[in-house]
Amino acid sequence: MSYLIVDHVSKAYPSLEENAKKGDEFIVFENVHFKIEKGEFVSMIGHSGCGKSTLLNIMAGFDQPSKGGIVLDGKETTQPGLDRMVVFQNFALMPWKTAYENVALAVRQSHPQWNKQEVKEWTMKYLQMMNLESAANRRPSMLSGGMRQRVGLARAFAAEPKILLLDEPFAQIDALTRGSIQEELLKMWETTNSTVFMVTHDVDEAILLSNRIAMMSSGPSAELAEVLTIDIPRPRVRSELIESERYNELRNHILKFLVSSNH
Amino acid sequence: MKPPKLANYAPYGISLILLVIFLLVWSFSTRVPAFDPSGKSEEDMMLLEMNGDIIRDDSGSYINNPDKLSTIPGPLAVYETAVEELKDPFTKVGTNDHGIGLLVWYTLKRFLTGFLLASVLAVFLGILIGMSKTLFVALNPFIQLLKPISPLAWMPLMLYTVKDPFYTSVLVVFMASLWSTMANTAFGVSNIKPDYLRVSQMVEMNWIKRFYSVILPAAAPAIFAGLRISFGSALVAVVPAEMLLGELGVGYLSWIGWNNLDIAEVIFAIIVVGIVGFLLDYSLSKVAARYTYAES
Repeated sequence: MSYLIVDHVSKAYPSLEENAKKGDEFIVFENVHFKIEKGEFVSMIGHSGCGKSTLLNIMAGFDQPSKGGIVLDGKETTQPGLDRMVVFQNFALMPWKTAYENVALAVRQSHPQWNKQEVKEWTMKYLQMMNLESAANRRPSMLSGGMRQRVGLARAFAAEPKILLLDEPFAQIDALTRGSIQEELLKMWETTNSTVFMVTHDVDEAILLSNRIAMMSSGPSAELAEVLTIDIPRPRVRSELIESERYNELRNHILKFLVSSNH
Repeated sequence: MKPPKLANYAPYGISLILLVIFLLVWSFSTRVPAFDPSGKSEEDMMLLEMNGDIIRDDSGSYINNPDKLSTIPGPLAVYETAVEELKDPFTKVGTNDHGIGLLVWYTLKRFLTGFLLASVLAVFLGILIGMSKTLFVALNPFIQLLKPISPLAWMPLMLYTVKDPFYTSVLVVFMASLWSTMANTAFGVSNIKPDYLRVSQMVEMNWIKRFYSVILPAAAPAIFAGLRISFGSALVAVVPAEMLLGELGVGYLSWIGWNNLDIAEVIFAIIVVGIVGFLLDYSLSKVAARYTYAES
């Protein structure tokens, strides 16, 4: 059995159209079905409005599916929990807590039996992995967007979830910083043997990071159109990647899909 | 580069100049007019002197008696009153003649009792209302109806009920402190970013932890904004409450001054109310700064 199964999930809202009858529905996406194996990095790409963030929220337990369900490690999940840590697009750090406290919060919750010293060591270890030692005692308002998302990633990884859910994690970060955080994320993923599901609309980012890319057609009534395996060997280095023929083939394939599905 | 030092002090310099100008204008407009003896007979002068309207100065010539003129006292007169009042701030001369330090303490006592009691209740109720849409809709008409009522309007009813002027004045302050804090707290709690609540769900906090480490700190800026508004209205309410109830305090000092037609004392009382209010508000803002955060 697969590690994580997104089992024929649909999401629909009551229709808000003018001449909608009672019971009419607005379907965001329908019958989305795919599996993620342990240790995989899977991305989902699609136009805005295809419901990819909604799907991520359903996987996280923040939202409920209209049909279908999520099975993680053999168990159906419906509520948010420490086994599925989310990295939010707008970071979602608590502005009244320092970077250290934001991460330590997740550590304490995931290891309630630990004493202060153990929490501190574990927290510092993850802050160091994201190059955040110097920012540990600063509040988010004193950190750049890139630094904030590093804290967000450290918080998510530090809880050692079964799967990490990344909701367009680099959308609000400038292009130069984005590159180095992506590399840090890859390193973190490799050293911790984590399983990652990431939603994005950046084709290059998806190819650089993923084992497989799930492509959603455009909404409403979006569907999972194709799951593309990225067979470029790792480690992948951006500068070499853009020279490679396979990279450009895959890239063109995804771009063609995105253009043609934009109806 | 640091700006030149002088520029740092410029705003304070301007404040000081404005104060000096104000004192000069005040002093000039309240000066005792020179006595003009022309056109007055010897008999008139004697009558005026016997009446105390005019007095002799050190050199022996007549001047207007400043105590007899119904002008507003100048800054010097107020200063003299202040020196006199501040000499024994903690003595009790008579029933209505307590030192200024004691008066400030009486006012502080009733103000802080009412304000703190109201604030605890208002924050508690505000959080309940803010967390439940149903409670908010159910209670909102009552809050909106009660909010605009002047706290002093309640006073006769309270005095009739509790039959004690001290508790009545505390209750007036209580009513003045309640609504803004409650409304602001409810607003702050209902507007907590959903992301913070999602994070608290994600890391599986129980409700006690969620309340103390997410809801309270997230709503703290709104709560403190409410507290400062309440603080202002409570301070406004405490002065007339003292006057109407005849309760000793800085507010009542101004009324005693008026009853004795001692306008310098009235002005002194006004200044003391201002200083006490400023110091209280300043300390509250210091407390607030510790618990509020910069929105990232």
